[in-house]
Amino acid sequence: MRRDFWDGALRVSVPFTDDLSVRRLKAGSKVLLSGIVYTARDAAHKRIVEALDRGEEPPFKLDGQVIYYAGPCPPPPGRVIGSLGPTTSGRMDPYAPRLCAAGVKGMIGKGKRSKAVVRAIARYGAVYFATIGGLGALLSQAVKEAEVVVYPDLGPEAVYRLEIVDFPALVAIDSLGRDMYDR
Amino acid sequence: MYIHAGEIETLVRDLCIKAATDLPGDVALALLAASRKETSPLGREILGAILKNAEFAKEKGIPICQDTGLTYVFLEIGREVHIEGDIKEAVTKGVARGYTEGYLRKSVVKDPLFRRENTGDNTPPVIHIDIVPGSQVAVTVLPKGTGSENMSAVRMLTPSRGPQGVMDFVLETVRQGAPNACPPLVVGVGVGGMMDTASFLAKKALLRPVGDSNCDSEIASMERMLLAAINNLGVGPGGLGGSTTALAVHIETYPTHIGALPVAVNLQCHAARRASGILRGAEKPCLDNKQPSR
Repeated sequence: MRRDFWDGALRVSVPFTDDLSVRRLKAGSKVLLSGIVYTARDAAHKRIVEALDRGEEPPFKLDGQVIYYAGPCPPPPGRVIGSLGPTTSGRMDPYAPRLCAAGVKGMIGKGKRSKAVVRAIARYGAVYFATIGGLGALLSQAVKEAEVVVYPDLGPEAVYRLEIVDFPALVAIDSLGRDMYDR
Repeated sequence: MYIHAGEIETLVRDLCIKAATDLPGDVALALLAASRKETSPLGREILGAILKNAEFAKEKGIPICQDTGLTYVFLEIGREVHIEGDIKEAVTKGVARGYTEGYLRKSVVKDPLFRRENTGDNTPPVIHIDIVPGSQVAVTVLPKGTGSENMSAVRMLTPSRGPQGVMDFVLETVRQGAPNACPPLVVGVGVGGMMDTASFLAKKALLRPVGDSNCDSEIASMERMLLAAINNLGVGPGGLGGSTTALAVHIETYPTHIGALPVAVNLQCHAARRASGILRGAEKPCLDNKQPSR
């Protein structure tokens, strides 16, 4: 990725395979995320939580996973994906505690979270990464592979499995519930 | 003057793609000026990244932001112009072509309440038509992302609240919404008319080049005071702290009822995208109803 910002960031592998790798992240730290994340926005969250409520298996394995609140532009010829930056996390607040309880360890988005989400993050030892909204063109460079795994009928709101390398973000709420937005 | 609907369709298509991929110069300049004044190191880094993102998007011809918006299309039609064909259909087709051929995200659902099915081509747009003096058609496309739109608000104040009440409401709306709305923001404020007038004026205020002030000196002074107060909130670039929360405050007004003081605040993110074009038309109609190659 062509990047001359986010110097001094900590490199973090996702999904998370153990608690310690979440616990070491402190609110306010810059990170570069690499590995696998899944996109989900409003409509996908609604369907996943409805599936959990019916006692069904989630449509993809949630344990240790990181959910990226985002919906891409279509890829132009020669690109893996179109522009892809974060959407407003607050809209996913009604669903996030349920997903943390089901094993999700990380969320990537933009903007502040509700008190209930901060409590769920602390309770389940999860982490919320904020990245910068409106950088969709630059951030799409961190995506090396992308495929729709479920809900293709939702178009840009489908769940994409993304392979990312050095995706810049900030630890906004850490596993102790310390919140960068709560200043 | 005669203008064929097909020409409007093509112009709207081109403007949708240009708006999504090419940040207006006045916005880039305002961001550059802000990056020199920003007090937070992280804030400066984010402003630098925002400018790099815009450059990269333009170079590659890809959208600045993945949220290429619900499309607002403003048309100013000269009263001497005869449009050959259906203008709203032409605008809608232009939007569908721009979003499909330009690889922009389709972000419109047909039924807001129950099914919320994606229409697949980002139609329908929101269309506003004004009839103005002259013999040309001016088209402006404003792709409006929802991160900032969702943080916007309207309030029916009473006249006793006065200018201070308006300023308090604007400041409160920005304080609440700015961290989620991709700051630094352009803050559009509409005052007067009825509820919908104020909202429309707040959106129209976003079309003004960033930093141009209202031509009324009292209103211009209110814009400056509000901008200073907003930048004192400390929200900062990306909502992560700093002295740049807004690039500009634009206020538009309209006469109102003796008992009313409606105020609307329409927040615009730092990707304050818009694109305009003009059609001048021809002196003769195109008789075979085919789009002319002018």
